Amino acid sequence: MDYFIHLAILFAIYGILGLSLNLVVGYTGLLSVAEAAFYGVGAYVTALLLVNAGWNFFAAMGVAVIASAAVALVIGLVLSRFGGDYYALASLGFGVIIYSIFLNWQAVTNGPLGIPAIPRPDFFGYVIGDEASYLVMSLVFLLLVYVVSRFIVRSSFGRAIRAIREDEAAIQVFGYRAINYKLLIFVIGAGIAAIAGALYASYITYIDPSTFSVNESIFVLAIVILGGLASLRGSLFGAAFLVLLPELLRFVGFPDTIAAQMRQAVYGVLLVVLMLYRPEGLTGEYRL
Amino acid sequence: MLILETKDLSKRYDGVAALDGLSLGIEAGAVTAVIGPNGSGKSTLVNVLSGVAPKTGGRIAVSGVALGRITASDVAAYGITRTFQEVRLFNQMNVMENLLVVLTEKNVFGAILERHAEKHARRAEELLRKVNLWEKRSELAGGLSYGQRKLLEIARALASGADIYLFDEPFAGLFPEMVKIVEGVLVELRREGKTVVLIEHNMDLIRALADRVVVLDGGKLLAEGATAATLGRREVLEAYLGE
Ligand SMILES: Nc1ncnc2c1ncn2[C@@H]1O[C@H](COP(=O)(O)OP(=O)(O)OP(=O)(O)O)[C@@H](O)[C@H]1O
Ligand SMILES: [Mg+2]
Repeated sequence: MDYFIHLAILFAIYGILGLSLNLVVGYTGLLSVAEAAFYGVGAYVTALLLVNAGWNFFAAMGVAVIASAAVALVIGLVLSRFGGDYYALASLGFGVIIYSIFLNWQAVTNGPLGIPAIPRPDFFGYVIGDEASYLVMSLVFLLLVYVVSRFIVRSSFGRAIRAIREDEAAIQVFGYRAINYKLLIFVIGAGIAAIAGALYASYITYIDPSTFSVNESIFVLAIVILGGLASLRGSLFGAAFLVLLPELLRFVGFPDTIAAQMRQAVYGVLLVVLMLYRPEGLTGEYRL
Repeated sequence: MLILETKDLSKRYDGVAALDGLSLGIEAGAVTAVIGPNGSGKSTLVNVLSGVAPKTGGRIAVSGVALGRITASDVAAYGITRTFQEVRLFNQMNVMENLLVVLTEKNVFGAILERHAEKHARRAEELLRKVNLWEKRSELAGGLSYGQRKLLEIARALASGADIYLFDEPFAGLFPEMVKIVEGVLVELRREGKTVVLIEHNMDLIRALADRVVVLDGGKLLAEGATAATLGRREVLEAYLGE
């Protein structure tokens, strides 16, 4: 049962990351491979405020969201000069830069040793310490992010970002400044990713840079693509599927140690097969 | 009155002078046909006027106001809109959305808090009925037939509510009944006092629709003037028939 709750919490965290990245990649067509950077900024800012300053978790999360959005604003401004494949490469570059800051800015991040003993959230005196209440809180945040994302994609703003994905030059002719739209959705996506980072830090109670490497960005990208580009429900589905995948492998008879290692390979194979036979993802309508 | 003027306008694509010192004026409230052999710079003229391709030299003025370094997202503010020779729709959006995106608020925050959704939906319906695509409103634009795609692009241009319409071969490849629809659109725009620049090869359509003709050849102005007189000039006939 505990293990099931653990998986469900991971589902909530990756669901939030999937929704966040889908706004950027699926709806706007910006192939960002920097998701782990914003996830990491969210986790580190939350952890530092909790551990070093004794802040309340929710206030720390709020600051983490703002910090991540601010970082995204700077990165997004630079990225807006790139298009297509170069965009992906440049965002990858930023992912690596942020990762190496986590790793090397020892005075603040404690480098590879990471930050231990991160406390659990305190909600008006009630400590969300046990796994079951943590799951409830995580699901509440997931729901919140889902509702906000749905509002965004169904608004005129959501229609505009899809038009940018379809033909940026053509939509500009009708008076849109595409760069503003691309920046704003990138910043919103980064803010949402920071929520996932905060939840992760306080849940695991320990963070180190390895969680926020480029591998993680690719994992979230796999969630988005597998679930379906420009499909919010798809991202939830993709998160559930990829979080449960190691368990499925174990279930069909792979030994524990191999199942864990097979994970990466299976993601890879899945992605390739999907791109070949169903490039719009399992539930999506759109193609990259 | 001239609503659009170019002076020594030039556009070079490394090596090729697609527009070569072009100076011309477009009359307000008239239909001006732009003709010329393939590769004479007609589409390039529209691309430069609409900011889609940056000019490499010369000047452009709208209603006497000089445009500096225009970008595509600026031209709408000057009341200019266009269609593309190779149709460019938002393919993975439905027909209705292709119009709504042009009708709704253009700044980011206004777009999030859309306040006139109903008004825009009604205008979109009106336009879709005009081009006979209302029945197709929920289909993806990418799935329409070639002619329907061209009609949707024209409806999208109308949705912009511009004063100056740059149509790049709107009749090309259309069935006769669709040609009728587009003719109707042009006649109506003219009646409303809008300015139309029409790139077209079919002389019968030009005689029927255009008040004035501009003839390009090799990115230069070959002739301009009233339709019948200009089409009758020898150098025009030679440039056109000689190709
Ligand atoms: N994007 C581009 N890159 C390079 N050269 C271009 C580009 N666009 C146009 N040209 C060149 O500029 C010249 C004018 O092309 P343009 O498309 O304006 O002609 P056009 O009059 O519209 O011809 P058509 O009747 O075939 O549509 C041609 O020589 C063309 O090859
Ligand atoms: Mg052309």
